[in-house]
Amino acid sequence: MAGIVGYGAYVPRHRITVEEIAKIWSADAPSYKRGLQLRQKSVPAPDQDTVTMSVEAARNALKRAQIDPMKIGALYIGSESHPYAVKPSGTTVAEAIGATPEVHCADLEFACKAGSEGMFVALGLVRAGLIEYGMGIGADTSQGAPGDALEYSAAAGAAAFIFGKDNLVAEVEETYSYMTDTPDFWRREYQFYPEHAGRFTGEPAYFKHVLGCAKGIMKKAGATPKDFAYIVCHQPNGKFPQRVGKMLGFSKKQIEPGWLAPTLGNTYSGSSPMGLSAILDIAKPGDRILMVSYGSGAGSDGFIFKATDRLPEVRDLAPKTRELLDNNQIYLEYGTYAKFRGKIRRAREL
Amino acid sequence: MSSPKFWREIPQRYRMEAGKCSKCGKVFFPPRLVCSSCKGQDFETIRLAGTGRVATYTVIRVSATQFADEVPFAVGVIDMDEGVRLTSQIVDCDPESVKTGMPVKIEFRKVQEEGKAGILCYGYKCVPA
Ligand SMILES: [Zn+2]
Repeated sequence: MAGIVGYGAYVPRHRITVEEIAKIWSADAPSYKRGLQLRQKSVPAPDQDTVTMSVEAARNALKRAQIDPMKIGALYIGSESHPYAVKPSGTTVAEAIGATPEVHCADLEFACKAGSEGMFVALGLVRAGLIEYGMGIGADTSQGAPGDALEYSAAAGAAAFIFGKDNLVAEVEETYSYMTDTPDFWRREYQFYPEHAGRFTGEPAYFKHVLGCAKGIMKKAGATPKDFAYIVCHQPNGKFPQRVGKMLGFSKKQIEPGWLAPTLGNTYSGSSPMGLSAILDIAKPGDRILMVSYGSGAGSDGFIFKATDRLPEVRDLAPKTRELLDNNQIYLEYGTYAKFRGKIRRAREL
Repeated sequence: MSSPKFWREIPQRYRMEAGKCSKCGKVFFPPRLVCSSCKGQDFETIRLAGTGRVATYTVIRVSATQFADEVPFAVGVIDMDEGVRLTSQIVDCDPESVKTGMPVKIEFRKVQEEGKAGILCYGYKCVPA
């Protein structure tokens, strides 16, 4: 049986509140907070990007896996904010954790689904016996256009998972994928901000694919919601994952431990992977976890994990996701946030 | 910083690789060819754990052009737990809040950009522990 050997997350320390963004655009903060079920979001510092956060998450995963990084045979980073248009993120991360040169790297893209994609491929190679260990990382520092609804939620964070066959913290019992061509969210080459199809991003996009994937994987596994201790779905805001969980028949108790969006925002490729990391921080041996990602364009990857006896033995070896989220927060004013995120056009470009 | 110079320093900048004298155990960062205390020439490559304390620091208010957007920022001399000293920017805090003896830890960060079209140089910086 293959599964997760080690996992780790990273959250930048800076935050901006919904009130602070709404103030600039004369928007009604209470209605945004209610509509999105979100109070604040994480913001990367100017010296942080998908590569730096991936390194920190990968180092935390290695602390829990307790393996020689040279044995990692593949490293995949899923992101829609790779720092270079041409030059891989994966080689820098592999070099920083000491996994080079005998490692296969690829940078993956599929809107917010890219992180679970890396996990899916790394797991597949381990199952096939081609590599001993494989790492899948979901990380993003995504941007919403100033004043757009996405600006309230587009956040930054990363989660990394090492897959292998021995010393598992969670077995992978089932996988499943569900995709169609759906134009709900996109960004063309050389465009700085993405475009989205407004309300079309809901029913025919997020809900159709998350529900299709969750129902498909449960059918494949012969499982029902009561067989799971936890569910984590992609979190474009606080509202969608709550609603989709309820539509599937899951309770608040099953949904809330992995529900990070209210104080984290939407970390895109990092979203459901980071939620999974928060669940692994508290799950008991034998607990089953259903994870369903979502990426626009559009599709969902599903995983069924089962926690093992080793999970409680290693979880304290690295910072827990809720600790990273709730501690050491630095709140920004909109001006500093705009400077941090390169939203201000300068006369003198360095 | 030129790309080749940056590339040569990757083991230290990315992985905190240090040299530990096989004879007397003294650690050097960056590694050296000859041990300054026992003149030994055999070294084991180790990785610094990334935790230490601020030995001394200064707050930069007028910087080189490429860091002009970051002022004011703190730069510290850090006593690492392995007994070596290194110089590092201290970020994710108000520079006025930095104190001598303050515990810090290393994080992987972008250290500089070679202009808008050049390479991104990554390496270590310190944050409050
Ligand atoms: Zn010596």
